[in-house]
Amino acid sequence: MTSTLLAFLVRLATGVRLLHDLPEDGKRRVYFANHSSHLDFMVIWAALPALQRASTRPVAAAEYWEKGPLRKWLSSRVFKAVLIPRDLARMRHEDPLGKMLAALEEGSDLIVFPEGTRSDSGEVGPFKPGLHHLISKRPDLVLVPVFLENLSRILPKGELFPLPLMGQAVFGHPLAPPADGETKAVFLERARDAVLQLSRGHLTPLPDEGS
Amino acid sequence: MKDPELLYLVGGVVAVLLIASLVTRLLIRKSGETPVLVNLRQRVNAWWWMMLIFSSSLALGRGGVFGFYTLLSFLALREFITLSPTPRGDHRTLTWVFFLILPLHYLFAWAPWYGMYLIWIPVYAFVFIPIRSALAGDTDRFLERTSRIQWGVLTCVYFLSHLPMLLYLPIPGYEGQNAKLLFFVVLVTQISDVMQYIFGKLFGKTKIAPKVSPSKTREGLLYGGAAATLIGTGLWWATPFPPLAAAAMSALLVAAGFFGGLVMSAVKRSLGAKDWGCGIPGHGGVLDRLDSLLFAGPIFFHITGYYFGTHMASSHAQPTWIKEALRLWMAP
Repeated sequence: MTSTLLAFLVRLATGVRLLHDLPEDGKRRVYFANHSSHLDFMVIWAALPALQRASTRPVAAAEYWEKGPLRKWLSSRVFKAVLIPRDLARMRHEDPLGKMLAALEEGSDLIVFPEGTRSDSGEVGPFKPGLHHLISKRPDLVLVPVFLENLSRILPKGELFPLPLMGQAVFGHPLAPPADGETKAVFLERARDAVLQLSRGHLTPLPDEGS
Repeated sequence: MKDPELLYLVGGVVAVLLIASLVTRLLIRKSGETPVLVNLRQRVNAWWWMMLIFSSSLALGRGGVFGFYTLLSFLALREFITLSPTPRGDHRTLTWVFFLILPLHYLFAWAPWYGMYLIWIPVYAFVFIPIRSALAGDTDRFLERTSRIQWGVLTCVYFLSHLPMLLYLPIPGYEGQNAKLLFFVVLVTQISDVMQYIFGKLFGKTKIAPKVSPSKTREGLLYGGAAATLIGTGLWWATPFPPLAAAAMSALLVAAGFFGGLVMSAVKRSLGAKDWGCGIPGHGGVLDRLDSLLFAGPIFFHITGYYFGTHMASSHAQPTWIKEALRLWMAP
C-alpha cells in the first residue's frame, strides 16, 4: 500500500511512465543504470509493474541508508534495499557479492548502479566490476540496461529540494552475457555502451548546445 | 455558471465535439485505424477532457479558475524548463521560481492586488533571478541562462495569468458576466488553431516559415483565421462588444494566437524538440496547446481595458486588508 502510493507519487513528480507487464519467465533480472541522483533507484522501482516491483530490491550504499530513522525505515521496509558498505574494512567483513547473490537466490530482482557513485556532471563514468562478478556466478541472469534521463537536474548531488522537471527511464533489451574469451574490461565497456546507446533520442538537448 | 449564456456557450462546444467524435468514428469505420485517424481520435478525446476541466474550473468560480491557471502555469513552466538545459548553478533559482514566485504571483492575481500583480514578475522576480544565479557562482553562459528562465516565467506564468485576470476587468453593464469573456477568448483562439490546421491540411500550399513550423501555411491562416473570426463575431452576444467590435477582437485573437504559436514553435525548435512534452495524448505537451493563448491573453486583456476605458489600477489597486495589516504592523 505504502509502496504503491509512493511509486505513484514518484511517477507523478518525475513524469516517468509505468512499464507494461514484463514476462514472468522465472528468470532473475538485474537492472543496471547510470547514476546521478538519489532518485535513480526509486524511479526504476516506480516504473516497474507492481508485481515485479514487489520483488525488486535496489543495491545501495549502507553508509547513507543506515543514517536516521526515516532512511532506515525506507530502505528496510519500503525498498527492502540490499545495503552494501562503502568502507573497505566493512566490505571485506560483509561480503557484498554474497549479499547480492543471496537476494537473487531468494527470488528477488536487483537494481544496481555499476558506476558505484553518483556522477556530478550527468556523464556516465566507468563501470566497476560488480556486474561482471554477478554474471560470472549466475550466468542465467537477465541484465537489463536502463538509461535515466534528467534526474541529475531534478535532484542533483548535494541538493535537498527536487525540481518539478520531467525525467525518463528508458529500458533497453537484455545484455548478452560475456562471450567466451571476452575479458572483464571489455564486458564492462559493452555494458556501459548499452546504457549510453539508450540516451540517443533523448528528452533534452545536450547542455553545450547553443540556442 | 448561473449565467444562461455561458451554458449556451458550453452547450455549443459540446455539440461541436459530439459531431467531431461521431465523424471520427464514422471515418475509422470506413477506412480503418490509420495513424492519422488514430491521432484524430486521440485529439478529439483530449478536447473532451480539456473542455470538461476548463468548464468545471469556471463552474467552481474565481477560486477554481485561479487554481486551474496556477496548475497550468506550473505544468507549462515545467515543460519549458525541462527542455531548456539549465545547469546545476540554476537549481536553487528554479526552486524559488517554481515554489515561491509562481504561487505568489497567482495569489496577487486572485487577491486581486493589481499593482503588485503587474510588477511582481517583471520587477521583483526579474531582479531576484539573476541575483540568485550569481550567488550560486556559475558564470558560464550567465546571460543566456538568466534570460532563459526569465523568458519561461514571463510566458508561462505572467502572460498566461492574464486569462483568469479577465474575471476582474470592470466593464460597465457586464458585471458578473466576465466568465463569458474568458470563455470567448479561449474558444476563439483554440478554434482558430483548429481551423488553421484543417484549412491548412485542405488547401495549404505556401508555407509561412517552413523551418519554424511546417504546418503553418498562408492559406490555412487566411481561411482558418476568417472562419474563426466569423465564429467569434457570431458569438458577439456573449461578449460586452457590439458585433463589429467583436469581429475586430476575434481577428486580434486570431493574429495574436498565430504569432504566439509561431514564436513558441521557434523557441521549441531552438531547444531541439518537436513537442513540448507528452502530457496530452495526440497534442503533445500542455504548452503545445497553450502556445497560442500566451500572447493573445495579455493583448486581449489590455485592449479590452482601453476599449471600455476601465481602470483596473484604481479599482483593484491594493486590497484593503493589506493596507489594514500594514497599518497595524507599522503603528502598534
